[in-house]
Amino acid sequence: MKANGLIRTVYGNYWSVAILALILLVLFPLSMDIFRLNLVGKYLTYGFVAIGLVMLWGYAGVLSLGQGVFFGLGGYAMAMFLKLEASDPVSTAIQSTPGIPDFMDWNQLTALPWWWQPFHSLPFALFAVIAVPSLLALIISFAMFKRRVGGVYFAIITQAVALILSVLIIGQQGFTGGVNGITDLKTLLGWDIRSDSARYVLYFANAALLLGAIVLCRLIQQSKLGTLLLAMRDKEDRVRFSGYDVAMFKVFTFCLAAALSAIGGAMFALQVGFMSPSFVGIVPSIEMVIFAAIGGRMSLVGAIYGTLLVNFGKTYFSESFPDLWLFLMAALFIGVVMAFPNGLAGLYESHVKPWLAARRSKATKAAARVAPTAPTHRPTAPASPAAAAGELGLAGKISSQIA
Amino acid sequence: MSKNQHCSFKRRSFMIGAAALPLMLAMPLAAHAAPPATAAVNTTKLAVTDTEVTVGQLHSATGTMAISETGSIQAEQLAIDQINALGGVLGRKIKVIKEDGASDWPTFAEKSKKLLVNDRVAAVFGCWTSASRKAVLPIFEKENGMLYYPTFYEGLEQSKNVIYTGQEATQQILYGLDWAAKEKKAKTYFLIGSDYIWPRTSNKIARKHIENVIKGKVVGEEYYPLGQTNFNSLINKIKVAKPDAIYAIVVGGSNVAFYKQLKAAGITGDKQFLLTISVTEDEMLGIGGENTVGFYAAMKYFQSLDNPNNKKFVEAFKAKYGKNAVIGDVTQAAYLGPWLWKASVEKAGSFDIDKVAAASGGIEFKDAPEGYVKIHPNHHLWSKTRIGQMQSDGQFKVVTESPGLIEPNPFPKGYQ
Amino acid sequence: MSFSEILNIGLMQGFAGLSLFSVLLLMGLGLAIIFGQMGVINMAHGEFMTIGAYTIYLFSQLTETYAPALAQAYFPFAIAAAFVFAFIVGWLVEWAFIRHLYQRPLDTLLATWGLSLGMQQIFRSSFGAKEVSATLPDWLMGSWAPKDGLDIPINGLFVMALTLIVTGGVLLALYKSRWGLRVRATVSNRVMANAIGINTTRTDRVTFAIGCGVAGVAGAAFTTIGSTGPTSGSLYIVDAFLVVTFGGAASLWGTVVSAFGIAQTQSVAEFFLSGSNAKVLTLLLIVSILMLRPQGLFAAKIRR
Repeated sequence: MKANGLIRTVYGNYWSVAILALILLVLFPLSMDIFRLNLVGKYLTYGFVAIGLVMLWGYAGVLSLGQGVFFGLGGYAMAMFLKLEASDPVSTAIQSTPGIPDFMDWNQLTALPWWWQPFHSLPFALFAVIAVPSLLALIISFAMFKRRVGGVYFAIITQAVALILSVLIIGQQGFTGGVNGITDLKTLLGWDIRSDSARYVLYFANAALLLGAIVLCRLIQQSKLGTLLLAMRDKEDRVRFSGYDVAMFKVFTFCLAAALSAIGGAMFALQVGFMSPSFVGIVPSIEMVIFAAIGGRMSLVGAIYGTLLVNFGKTYFSESFPDLWLFLMAALFIGVVMAFPNGLAGLYESHVKPWLAARRSKATKAAARVAPTAPTHRPTAPASPAAAAGELGLAGKISSQIA
Repeated sequence: MSKNQHCSFKRRSFMIGAAALPLMLAMPLAAHAAPPATAAVNTTKLAVTDTEVTVGQLHSATGTMAISETGSIQAEQLAIDQINALGGVLGRKIKVIKEDGASDWPTFAEKSKKLLVNDRVAAVFGCWTSASRKAVLPIFEKENGMLYYPTFYEGLEQSKNVIYTGQEATQQILYGLDWAAKEKKAKTYFLIGSDYIWPRTSNKIARKHIENVIKGKVVGEEYYPLGQTNFNSLINKIKVAKPDAIYAIVVGGSNVAFYKQLKAAGITGDKQFLLTISVTEDEMLGIGGENTVGFYAAMKYFQSLDNPNNKKFVEAFKAKYGKNAVIGDVTQAAYLGPWLWKASVEKAGSFDIDKVAAASGGIEFKDAPEGYVKIHPNHHLWSKTRIGQMQSDGQFKVVTESPGLIEPNPFPKGYQ
Repeated sequence: MSFSEILNIGLMQGFAGLSLFSVLLLMGLGLAIIFGQMGVINMAHGEFMTIGAYTIYLFSQLTETYAPALAQAYFPFAIAAAFVFAFIVGWLVEWAFIRHLYQRPLDTLLATWGLSLGMQQIFRSSFGAKEVSATLPDWLMGSWAPKDGLDIPINGLFVMALTLIVTGGVLLALYKSRWGLRVRATVSNRVMANAIGINTTRTDRVTFAIGCGVAGVAGAAFTTIGSTGPTSGSLYIVDAFLVVTFGGAASLWGTVVSAFGIAQTQSVAEFFLSGSNAKVLTLLLIVSILMLRPQGLFAAKIRR
């Protein structure tokens, strides 16, 4: 039963990814014009952050309220490259110092700062997109997890990091563009990223990357590491006493989440054409946590649906009910937290799946007494390990938690 | 709104007497009789029908900037209502699609794209902060839209697709500083700003002007993060520097804290000369007039301006939004947007963006509450600058105004 | 510059540091009760402060309309009312949302975040999107000048005095009253506290409401130095969290000490550096110290 269940769910898991792929790669492009599709592309870049949070929060039990930092760093690394390409001496001839980004000229800089120089090279910029945020994540998390800081403290400290970085970026506007951010990005190696065809290409590249990231995360979840992360989340001391270096697993997960967020940021800069410090601060970081929470913090696919739902909701509500939309968003957040603590994925697990199973058993009518409510156990929320049924093996538990 | 008559007709009737009467009757009739064919006035698939033209309005109705942008939303709506009551533009009523930028620059970019690509609006009235304008500018240029931007801003920008109805930095700054040097004998200046591009660029221009033209001295220059609420250390620095003039460009919620704490530290209008370019009647609501009595502001418009256009405007605004409503510089500039667009469209005889943009240079608006404005070929406005002194009731007393219209100069030589 | 001038500036700068200290402490206190004692992450803390600020505005409008004679005297009553209003709202919020979430502290963050969005919109709908300004009594404004060249802000003194009273009150209540005993018992062991007959549900509700009430008082006091608008609360929330975390969430004394440290660092740094750099420097210091002492300055003596 246990082994059977595991095999079935492994395949079942990839089914849900396949359905998501179908929606992202076929349904959306066919049913939307390029404007809406580009919007979806933008939302999907937040999806990278959301799946990072699923790994970090749902699996490792560490909540970070500073994911915007990594999203922002990745985005800025990309935007710096694009901005340098857009600031060739010809198109900036009107400035007092042609050839440097416009905001530097406005701030009386007369030469490109040294740390901007390497961003002339695309390989370096791509390397920086991953490396800079991961390195920062490493420094922060190593110091914290080695000292066994967790839970609320970690959340608040990441929040402080987000605040510092946004104050820094806004304050050093000669080097960073300040509040305005880095705007007016035009081409990638001479390829106009603002054209409709480029938007299609970028959308598909983005969706493919995201699906790849989901598969990668799922592989991690199903590996021994994933099992360990869950065990750590629920009974950290026991894992530690078994001889595992708990801190390093958490550090790894945090860096993974940071790198994923950074990829999202870089794709954002490419698709939207600018990067702004408003992603680095505390508010966007919390919003990104909410995406994951609404989708279900245990489910990678669910996190993507959550991201899409919240953002569609935001766009739709603010277009249709300009006066009420904040109430609707507030109701959505509170409602999900109060009524569906495991988000959309939890809802699927507890309501849709049993119903499907019941239908299936009715339809086949093969064995007279197949237990119709086999998979009704709900996924466990990280903070309430007590709810996890004791008789389930770890494998069985995972299978139930992957929607 | 139908009782609301077009200001210009009323004023002309005042000037030319009875001659205007037939004109008043004839114009709307003529407009209803033969609006130009849609195919002729709209060759670029904008949202224009035989009876309607759609425009967009893009401001922050929520979030931290809603405090400032609400006035602009109201003024633009008022202007559009008035234009509609007069028969609209080229015989078509204006329909508004309102979008909320939510004080978030990426949202501004998203919504502007929606307005231009999805809704195909003929013009957009909106944005407030420099950051929101910078976020949408590439989109307006790429999708070829028309933006009417109401805020006074830092300059260093000029676009075919934007009409700047507020003042650019040199218009607002130079006259005020000259006046301070001449009338207030200010030799030493302390420059203060919120930390972003508009205050920084403005202070840069101010510093050059003080050092090179006025031959004064800048004794301090300080920037604080947006949203800063504690200014006591700064105030002590001012006390150490003892400047003749404080030149303040603090914005948003910080403004309130700044002026309340100035007053509490004994720096008041009767002892210290302070000139600001960032406090309008809107900000005074939050600060409270009693905290700023005697300080000065340099703007192109004050609600207390004494001219017939303004009387009518203030009356109409209060009739629509309540007798306690106040009108600041930006609110008035936002009111100009729809009128200037209407005039440009009518001059171009078309809603097409390219034609409207080309026709904009030289457009005059004689019924502007601020008096008279004209669009410069660089898409900024010729306007006067006034100095107002803050009163305890939250209004300004206009002390002086520039003798003529000041030419907009977004790329000032010698100030960069 | 003469010696007496330097002395004056030094005194005023010292006062600036103290007044920032009292501001930080007052805004952190409510949070220290809710976050530190109950473990609830109340992201709507800023909005409870805004309730206090709007209460002052309402009272000032009412006195202006109905009893102009009382214009000099309404302020203390308005502050009391701010406490009551915020207390009531806090009570209701605890009853409606928070009590369901004690098992999931991180979820309180999300729920209260949603709550803060909703509250901001309520403020906007009822008071307008623009900022408002209460007419404050004359005795609160202006400066006290004991000698020439030395100006001590009266509103700063007022906030300081209020902070002293409120902090003293909260400390007394927490460590000397029966309520405080119940709170501390519940914090250290909820099950056991329940077992020995403490009504923990009720204790939680009162504690949360008191924390909100203190936030309301802080918001009311800040009308003398800051703005009142729908989003004013968001200006304070981050600083408040920093103060509480830096101090060590479980200890009220920690909050006091951390507010003092942060205030002095920032105020001195602001005097010698530019404003933005001072902010970054302060924040960097806080984070580096937190890296070394992650549980804050005054950690509870529990092994984690």
